[in-house]
Amino acid sequence: MGTRRSLVTLSLAFLLLVLTVGLIAAGGVALADEPGVTASEVKIGNTAPYSGPASAYGTILKTSAAYFKMINDRRGVNGRKIVFISYDDGYSPPRTVEMTRKLVEQDHVLLDFAPLGTPCNSAIWSYMNRYKVPQLFVLTGASKWGDPKDHPWTMGWQPTYSSEAATYAKYILEKMPQAKIGILYQNDDYGKDYVNGFRRGLGDKGRKLIVMEQTYETTDPTIDSQIVNLKNIGANVFFDVTTPKFASQAIRKAYEIGWHPVHFLNNVSASVGSVLKPAGLEASKGLVTALYEKDVTDPRWEGDPGVKEYLAFMKKYYPQGDATDGFNVTGYLEAQTMVYVLKRAGKNLSRANIMKVAANIHDLRLPLLLPGVRIHTTPTDFYPIEQRQLARFDGQRWELFGKVYDVSGMSR
Amino acid sequence: MQTFVAQVISGLSTGGIYASIALALVLIYQSTGLVNFAQGEMAMFTTYMAWSMLNAGWGYWPAFVGACLFAFALGFGLERLVIRPLETAPELALVIVTIGLLTIFNSVAGWIYTYTIKPFPSPFPAAPIKVGFMVLNPQDLGVVGVTLLMLALIYLFFHSTRLGLAMRAVVENPVSSRLVGIRVSWMLALGWGMAAVVGAVAGLMVAPLVFLEPNMMGGVLIYAFASATLGGFSSAGGAVVGGFVMGILENLTGTYITLVGTKLKLTVALAVIVLVLLIKPTGLFGRAAVRRV
Repeated sequence: MGTRRSLVTLSLAFLLLVLTVGLIAAGGVALADEPGVTASEVKIGNTAPYSGPASAYGTILKTSAAYFKMINDRRGVNGRKIVFISYDDGYSPPRTVEMTRKLVEQDHVLLDFAPLGTPCNSAIWSYMNRYKVPQLFVLTGASKWGDPKDHPWTMGWQPTYSSEAATYAKYILEKMPQAKIGILYQNDDYGKDYVNGFRRGLGDKGRKLIVMEQTYETTDPTIDSQIVNLKNIGANVFFDVTTPKFASQAIRKAYEIGWHPVHFLNNVSASVGSVLKPAGLEASKGLVTALYEKDVTDPRWEGDPGVKEYLAFMKKYYPQGDATDGFNVTGYLEAQTMVYVLKRAGKNLSRANIMKVAANIHDLRLPLLLPGVRIHTTPTDFYPIEQRQLARFDGQRWELFGKVYDVSGMSR
Repeated sequence: MQTFVAQVISGLSTGGIYASIALALVLIYQSTGLVNFAQGEMAMFTTYMAWSMLNAGWGYWPAFVGACLFAFALGFGLERLVIRPLETAPELALVIVTIGLLTIFNSVAGWIYTYTIKPFPSPFPAAPIKVGFMVLNPQDLGVVGVTLLMLALIYLFFHSTRLGLAMRAVVENPVSSRLVGIRVSWMLALGWGMAAVVGAVAGLMVAPLVFLEPNMMGGVLIYAFASATLGGFSSAGGAVVGGFVMGILENLTGTYITLVGTKLKLTVALAVIVLVLLIKPTGLFGRAAVRRV
């Protein structure tokens, strides 16, 4: 009997011990309030496509990494070096989840900086918010990232598709009140974001001005049929919400069949090299898009100190990258925004404070943003950039014209 | 009326694209009894080969011939190396193998050439031809013409040459063919090579219209399947007619049936596949496989 009782006691004692150790361990994790931060380092993570169909975007983060390296060479941020861990997710959401969990649970990063891609960010959206890890300045134009109420740990960066569309809408209302607008859009969230923003921008007049909406699926071999319909309905304004291949097709087809509307091309496909050149530079003349970053090849920025600094940086820290590629300008600006937030957070590098600082950026003007474009956030406004300027393609490059449109409040 | 005519013309030209790949699908089915899911990707890959040759400074026609030779070697080689070892395996295994080839060709092309679209030259004049209010693109006409030409050549080959006769015999009855001295396995490899050449020509014709990129044939393949099913897998002519019908049908339903609109165009193609298989599984022009027992 005695032995049995002592056995029971022993078991109970052991159980208690296990529980206590467990509690201490758990408490230990909870108390380590500043993961990813040591006296000499701050660790930040990222996922991006360095392989696969979207690998062209990878260069954005390569530029950011190079920028952090430059900051480290200049003694880091508040004396801490930035350790930047960027994993390849191949633009595949399941791999984004896997890599992000690795960043958070094994690498113990302070935050996830500029993860790339709408589907990829959607996949980790609730995870990041459940574990309260900042998902900052995500690289996607979807409008869903500015939702501080339900997703206070996630913030976008670039102007959203909706706000870009609203820019075109404002311009059309101002300059072409008699427009007959035909829309072609990709039948998914990306396309609908644009069209919703466009309709909201036009307001009540939209119903009258939009004469036809056509869609396509990414499996469609061509969009000839849709272009023919838009021409035949007599549209004189064409709002073109297509990804690069279809944008090239649309530009060429419209030109071929002799349809010459005022053609608003979404910024997604505004690349001269990979969209306009294949479509034909002559056919591309007169296209209109909206920009927010400086095009470093534009002669008007010759001698601009910001551009000069950027070109020198690219030469020294990322010589294999193409300095004229707009993607690299984005990577540079993103990294600058991140460094700004880390600096402002000062000694308090807790995750909560990082979000607080990110949500209180006031009129930050970075040298590679167009004059008049600024980064501005408040605890209820998680859309950092909300200005754009229109540009027209002159056969060589995008030529800025008109004023800078502020579409604050139209990002959603 | 103007819209109707424009949509029919546009449908004929996309139909030409579907028909050319459908023709390659049917050819391989007729000469080996197999459906090759990698047909479109092989065509895409050989088009990249032509692109490389053009970039190396070759003229259009040398590159055209070069790509066709490459395609023949590719099709022939694949049959010998990948398909032949599975000769006795169930058909499902072969289907899986061709799907595997599809993803391999797609990824390899993306790896070598990246996913950025590339303009591809056309052998036809660039200036559109205007007939009344209609605008005809010479490249569209070219695709249609070349597809019809290939169809004629295939017909002549199967019906007027000894080799063609031997290939038909192999599919009908491999055992008897072997007994009368036909080298069955070489005939099958020949069928793969020829289908690959037809695919290559299709790729070279389609690329100037849709731009060259690794996913160029992804959507086309689905429509080509619908076309071949509609026309009948056992009839080359039927597959070509099926292609044109699909192209026009797709445009007209998209334009005039508001319920379908442009959002359900692909669904129309899939519905055609299902309907044909339910109502007339052999397709409009196909023969039912009859076997004496």
